[in-house]
Amino acid sequence: MSVGETAVQEAATATGERGVMQRLFRRKTAVFALVLIVVIVGAAVLAPLVAPYDPNEQFFDGLTLEGAPLPPGPQFWLGTDLLGRDLLSRLIFGAQTSLIIGVVANGVAAAFGALVGILAGFFRGWVETVLMRFTDLMMAFPALLLAITLAALFRPSLWIVAMVIAMVNWVQMARVVYTETRSLSEREFIVAERSMGAGTFRILFRHVLPHLLSSIVVFGTLGISTTVLLEATLSYLGIGVQPPTPSWGNIIYENQTYFTSAPWLVFFPGIAIIALALGFNLLGDALREVLDPTQKGRH
Amino acid sequence: MGSYILRRVLQSLLILLGISFLTFVLLYLIPADPARQIAGRSATAQTVENIREQLGLNLPFYQQYFRYLTGLVQGDLGRSYLQKTEVGELIASRLPATLLLMLGAIVCELAIGLTMGLVAALRRNTAADTSLMVLSFVGVSSPQFVIGILLLYVFAVQLGWFPIGGYGTFRHMVLPSLTLGFLGAGWYSRMMRSSMIDVLRQDFIRTARAKGLKRWQVLFGHAMPNALLPIIAMIGIDIGLFMSGIVVVESVFGWPGIGQLAWQAIQRVDIPIIMGVTLVSAFAIVLGNFLADMIAPLIDPRIKLR
Repeated sequence: MSVGETAVQEAATATGERGVMQRLFRRKTAVFALVLIVVIVGAAVLAPLVAPYDPNEQFFDGLTLEGAPLPPGPQFWLGTDLLGRDLLSRLIFGAQTSLIIGVVANGVAAAFGALVGILAGFFRGWVETVLMRFTDLMMAFPALLLAITLAALFRPSLWIVAMVIAMVNWVQMARVVYTETRSLSEREFIVAERSMGAGTFRILFRHVLPHLLSSIVVFGTLGISTTVLLEATLSYLGIGVQPPTPSWGNIIYENQTYFTSAPWLVFFPGIAIIALALGFNLLGDALREVLDPTQKGRH
Repeated sequence: MGSYILRRVLQSLLILLGISFLTFVLLYLIPADPARQIAGRSATAQTVENIREQLGLNLPFYQQYFRYLTGLVQGDLGRSYLQKTEVGELIASRLPATLLLMLGAIVCELAIGLTMGLVAALRRNTAADTSLMVLSFVGVSSPQFVIGILLLYVFAVQLGWFPIGGYGTFRHMVLPSLTLGFLGAGWYSRMMRSSMIDVLRQDFIRTARAKGLKRWQVLFGHAMPNALLPIIAMIGIDIGLFMSGIVVVESVFGWPGIGQLAWQAIQRVDIPIIMGVTLVSAFAIVLGNFLADMIAPLIDPRIKLR
């Protein structure tokens, strides 16, 4: 888990943009990850065009005569859910929910975590003590339970869920950025810059931040999959994104009583969640190896 | 060493103090009024006011926190107004089931993860290695409720090998343990792989081979024990992963532990129980990290104590 926490350094300057992309595309796992991500992002962006039906329309012929969901077939490719809605269309629109939360929640978490890490690592003293002890505290807080409590506090809507997830997910980024900033700010070129009278903000933005970029990219990417999984879990527990807005987690939540007779209602959304989380995990891992010069040839 | 342990104990206590404060702030912010909940709908304003006074809810914030903290130190986790029971008793009665489940999960994750990592390390840079490592990523990318429901469908509903839920026998334990251990298996296989690769590159392995030991002797007698050491220290940290997982796994399998307790409390918005479980989990996480930090220098003397 801590691999690369301290190791990722200087990558952004040592390797040009083109070199990174080329080396990324040479990795099969990275290409596989990108395919997964592109397919899901494409489906989410083009949802109104590619979805065969309206995700909220309840079809009269969408249920059996006994009122049970339909299995996958020629009319409804992935079958229907307990209300006779088309599962494929709900999954495609559900991708929007997952991605919005993945990008927004993780963006806020990454930005906040990076800010905490940089401030603590650069200013040291009481700033460091206060911020890092708070980070330790959040590390010890069980993330899911905290999210549950917060979700119980507010009425869950899409944006509240995103903020709740952001509030529990910034810790990892803060730790990584803190460790790196601390070792960076003791390096000669920063000390030299400081002795030449450069202002704090100039040092931070011109010299420290560029060196942190590769770590922020790597952990930002890995964080998206954590976010996606947490959203799915909250929605599965019924305290995340609320129906009728489709989310992969709440599709399973709504239909789980049918899972013995209609397993496709758990199986397909489950595959979708795993595919998206896997995509960002594999991409993050590949980025870590590509961006990190110290790990080259280690494995 | 002595001063190191003392400092870590103090640090852990400070973290616990902070967590108790944070949980109390959350409890304080929750809009539900416990006095009203206890008194019931038909109670007069005077009754509600009396109950509020009795519980100390009319005191200023810091005094309320102090009362709460004094209670905590004495092992009093508060009272569930809805269930009319002490939270501490509820948790204590369900803790054994959760601990049993965690034990099963540790066995599962180590058995699966270490085997995968070992095979991947020995077949380094082959297709087998790549597929095993992608599989380990599938492990860490799978939500536990999906794994749980799929295992239930295949092994309980279709094949009928295991009961569909509940608690009591060994057969009840298998599927929940597998589900909870699935995530950890992904982490352990990656750690085992890199740890094993590191060890196999060391001089003493070459020496062992050179003196004519058989391949399996080198592997299991020399390489494995050294590769396993850094991994064993991680088990304490797993407790943190489990604490989030049990809420989901126990609710999927109807396992009567503290996770299920928390889940039922969520549905009834029974805040004292959610808080109690959160505190107990946080305590377990802090304890697990503390133990991991204590064990690490014992098994690898090169680790410097700071």
